[in-house]
Amino acid sequence: MAKRVGMEVAVAVAEAVGQCDIDMAAVYPITPQSHIAEHLSDLVADGKIDAEFVTVESEHSAMSAVIGASGTGARVYTATSSQGLMLMHELLPIASGMRLPIVMGIANRAVSGPLNILNDHSDIMPQRDSGWISIFVENGQEAVDVSIQAFKIAEHKDVNLPVCVNIDGFQLTHMVEPLEFPDQELVDKFLPPRVPYATLHPSKPVTMGAFAMSDYFTEMQKAKDEALINSKKVILEVWDEWAKMFGRAYKPVETYKADDAEILMLTMGSMGETAEMAIDALRAKGVSVGLIKLRLWRPFPFEEIKAVLKAAKKLIVTDRAVSFGGPGGPVFSEIKSALYSEARRPAIYNYIIGLGGRDVTVKDFIGMVEKVIPCSAEKTVDTYEYWGVRES
Amino acid sequence: MIEVRWHARGGQGAVTSVELLAVAAISAGNYAQGFPSFGPERRGAPIAAFSRIDQKQIKVRSGIYEPDVVIVLDASLLSLVNVIDGLKTGGKLIVNTPKTPDEIKKDLNFNGIVATVDGTGIARKEMGVPIANTTMIGALLKVIGVMGLEAMKESVEHRFGRIAQKNLTAMKRAYEEIKISN
Repeated sequence: MAKRVGMEVAVAVAEAVGQCDIDMAAVYPITPQSHIAEHLSDLVADGKIDAEFVTVESEHSAMSAVIGASGTGARVYTATSSQGLMLMHELLPIASGMRLPIVMGIANRAVSGPLNILNDHSDIMPQRDSGWISIFVENGQEAVDVSIQAFKIAEHKDVNLPVCVNIDGFQLTHMVEPLEFPDQELVDKFLPPRVPYATLHPSKPVTMGAFAMSDYFTEMQKAKDEALINSKKVILEVWDEWAKMFGRAYKPVETYKADDAEILMLTMGSMGETAEMAIDALRAKGVSVGLIKLRLWRPFPFEEIKAVLKAAKKLIVTDRAVSFGGPGGPVFSEIKSALYSEARRPAIYNYIIGLGGRDVTVKDFIGMVEKVIPCSAEKTVDTYEYWGVRES
Repeated sequence: MIEVRWHARGGQGAVTSVELLAVAAISAGNYAQGFPSFGPERRGAPIAAFSRIDQKQIKVRSGIYEPDVVIVLDASLLSLVNVIDGLKTGGKLIVNTPKTPDEIKKDLNFNGIVATVDGTGIARKEMGVPIANTTMIGALLKVIGVMGLEAMKESVEHRFGRIAQKNLTAMKRAYEEIKISN
């Protein structure tokens, strides 16, 4: 078993990417992703990994560069945050439409305005429909593991789609914590060289990113949708293989003390383990409560979510982003649509929490659960609440 | 679990200290976290940084509001920042100052345990610079007692290379010279 070492998570993500035999990276630095960019460029400059680090003048160029390089058959990586991701937005559906297995780390950060550099999920949510596989990690170890798994998932012949790894900015990226790095030999075995479906090469011309009017556009969109839906099978296989090789299991939906719980709480990202502490404290007082942690955001794990929600009477969904003028937070909205066709479903409560880096503590999670205990389980509440917001 | 809050000014190396401490604690077989107060920092402005050390896996990822120990790298902050804010009952305050613990107690009107050491004086003498971040790790280790000074050797050597020994000597002096009140 590999030795546990202490390392800042952003640096560890760059180390993990460095274990993946990448050919090229184009990363434009932005807080709180910067340490990924810096350390990855160090690894290249120090000759520790044999890759091109392309310096670019913006995130739009970073994504353009990795799209081009991926088209030639290269294994590529980029990473960004917040405004950087917003600037890339235009290119994200092009990357998925061209079926390029790009891997991107996102150090999740609030988008302006007002200007804020701290964590929430408002940067990834506007990218939801870009056709990327989107995975959230909960701690530094998952950030390391999933950054490696992402290449295998993306490059699988039945997938050929870009993958983004959501790593909460600051809460995770700036944390020094214990990590295990998989042995290089095992990573090489787990992740063989990319075998591209087609490559751009002057001596063997192909067209990528072709023009498609009404004659083909619908078919292309459906193909992309099916590829994304079907990628779940591969994701599950890859996670199985990872568990066998490295001993750490991954599931689209994780649960904690959820089996017999009347009240369930749902989190996504780095708050999961803090929420677990609240579950322990409430269980100790006799409250029947458990936790669901959503890891796979796209493709959305509808069946797994339905299965874990079968018995619960009440469900608290926490969202770290707002859908302005919409039906509540983006996760809440998804969970509600997952349950619409179910004959038996829990009452759902939605709390918007942790915006722009506002700390969410064990006490906050306990407070949310205690607030829904006296509510009637007969009907879902169609409104959402900004937890802890100051109104005056 | 021991939770520590560090007070310093931007540029005095508190973030480096929390990293060195966490790396060393993890190498020694503990679980640990080290993190800055999140956000933009400016050189010279008051900043905070945080450490958690435990024998078992640390799950909590929220901030530290009720530390067991507060360590102040720059005594000029004592009149600017309420450094004992949230300090647990029975918690300990460590200050880098030539003053005695009793003098600090009086200055702050604080009745708990105070430990002082002239970290800046030691750093100036041993390293030729008035930067006491590594020196004060020695003071902290003496107060929290979860691991010995030798646990720091590897992470300090990895970070500082040929000037590591000077840092370790200064750290050892702070460990030995710190005065702890009742």
